[in-house]
Amino acid sequence: MSKVFMFKRNEFEVAETMIQSEAKNNPAFLELSDVSIEFQTKKGPFKALDNVNLKIGNGEFISIIGHSGCGKSTVLNIVAGLHKATTGGVILNNKEVDEPGPDRAVVFQNHSLLPWLTCYQNVELAVKAIFKKRMNKAEMKSWIEHNLSLVHMDHAMHKYPAEVSGGMKQRVGIARALAMQPTVLLMDEPFGALDALTRAHLQDSVMEIQAELKNTVIMITHDVDEAVLLSDKIVMMTNGPAATIGEILAIDLERPRDRIRLANDKRYNEYRTEVLKFLYERQHRPSEH
Amino acid sequence: MKNRIINYLEMAGVSWLVPVVRLCSGENPREQFSDLFSGIGLPVIALVAFLFVWAGAASQVKTSLGDLPGPVAVWAQGENLWQEYKTERAKEQAFYERQEERNQKKLEKDPNAEIKVREYTGRVTFIDQIWTSLITVFTGFVIASLIAIPIGVVCGLSRNLYGAISPLIQIFKPVSPLAWLPIVTMVVSAVYVTDNPMFEKSFINSAITVTLCSLWPTLINTAMAVSSIDKDLINVGRVIRLNWTAQIFKIAIPASLPVIFTGLRISLGIGWMVLIAAEMLAQNPGLGKFVWDEFQNGSSDSLARIMFAVLAIGLIGFLLDWIMVAFQRVLSHDKNV
Repeated sequence: MSKVFMFKRNEFEVAETMIQSEAKNNPAFLELSDVSIEFQTKKGPFKALDNVNLKIGNGEFISIIGHSGCGKSTVLNIVAGLHKATTGGVILNNKEVDEPGPDRAVVFQNHSLLPWLTCYQNVELAVKAIFKKRMNKAEMKSWIEHNLSLVHMDHAMHKYPAEVSGGMKQRVGIARALAMQPTVLLMDEPFGALDALTRAHLQDSVMEIQAELKNTVIMITHDVDEAVLLSDKIVMMTNGPAATIGEILAIDLERPRDRIRLANDKRYNEYRTEVLKFLYERQHRPSEH
Repeated sequence: MKNRIINYLEMAGVSWLVPVVRLCSGENPREQFSDLFSGIGLPVIALVAFLFVWAGAASQVKTSLGDLPGPVAVWAQGENLWQEYKTERAKEQAFYERQEERNQKKLEKDPNAEIKVREYTGRVTFIDQIWTSLITVFTGFVIASLIAIPIGVVCGLSRNLYGAISPLIQIFKPVSPLAWLPIVTMVVSAVYVTDNPMFEKSFINSAITVTLCSLWPTLINTAMAVSSIDKDLINVGRVIRLNWTAQIFKIAIPASLPVIFTGLRISLGIGWMVLIAAEMLAQNPGLGKFVWDEFQNGSSDSLARIMFAVLAIGLIGFLLDWIMVAFQRVLSHDKNV
């Protein structure tokens, strides 16, 4: 990596450590308090979430897991500002969240790259919109390339999304989100549409990046292994309607984590069983009601 | 190099030429000949078969103007029409040369003499009519697109607005051009009053009629495309806080371009059909007038000339669509058209 990158990363780190030190005094860096949401449907109001309370510390990696339709994506969308809570609210770094913004970058489930732009241009669109006053052209270029190389996409950055595989598209989606310098990175089932091997590769990439950047991350998932492997805490949600947080499980496994070594690790398997028990014993599938 | 040529050919919509390029570069000849056969051979066989059926059937039909012309007679008239065009152009040139000469002489005698420059007013030939029609359809189509795309985008963004004007669209969409024509004619002659008109009234009438009929497919397709953009793409724009215009120009329009283009192609096709009918009814200059004049003329050549015109109309319609497809390939991200 060139010196320009190192310099730039340091510069950004200064800003980040300021945020971190601020957050140290305030354990709830991101706080959801009494969040409920009602959607207006033709049959009347539908309460999707009820009374969700969650405190997340700076640099924590949180997974939200639950059966499909339980409203876990809705939680993410409320933090992103894409949905507005009917009651309650979200406070990030002492500020209330009331609209979407690059400080809460989202990695969408279906990558959501603009198909008429190359991978590079997709990241560029975001960087230009966010840093137009703070970076000059050369800085933008190296920042975009830096983020693409972070997800190992520097070799194919001038290809169009249609010309690269699903896993590569999702890598670009992650690069685009990282390029926004988010305070919180939000991932909505980021690997749900990928095959198992590609998914494992991307999970490793995310762990690597997380070790380097120490972002606060909220990830929605329905994959128990993924949740245990990546997270510091797993938030388990009850079934909807009026879904809420059932249990929170802290995953106390040291990093870096290695999926092969962990496969036979006793604690890892206990955590896994814990989540499975919650999902299949305490919360039945909605269809089995 | 080879791949670039192939790429260009595919962009231009002549992918049947690709095997020729591959053959020249020495790729597996057997495969290329089979591609060539299905790409060029089969259509040619169908065309030849059609010409034989036409020739055979035409000789069975006796009209008041003689036998229905077959392909040979039609082709001969096609050559005739081309010849007439060339003769007319030669006459025109001769006229201007004579005029120039006359004026030169006048000026030599008396440098202050008043000279006259007259426009040549000869016969309007088939080729001139084609140009008139093309310019008219293009004008009408461009006006229609400039109106339809912005309204379509706004309708796509606002469900309420679309709901409000949807009944109007549904009512005006199926109206035949021939019904519009009298209204357009009356309105144009009432509104477009100048001493020194830049355009002929007939041209404006035809163009506006084309506009009124080719507005709807583009409008409907644009509204539908914009309203059904992937929600996540819009959310990307919201997360990076694009302003309203950037949302439209950087996300909404590019995302809807493939469907908008489909609408534009339908619009241009309808515009071309409508124009010929309007020209026939209103006796406005163009291919429609040519067909109608020949029908009224009723000479022994007329039917063959009309048939040639019909083929020309079809061919031009096909070319227009082809140009649109080429544009679509260049401008829109969906290359599979």
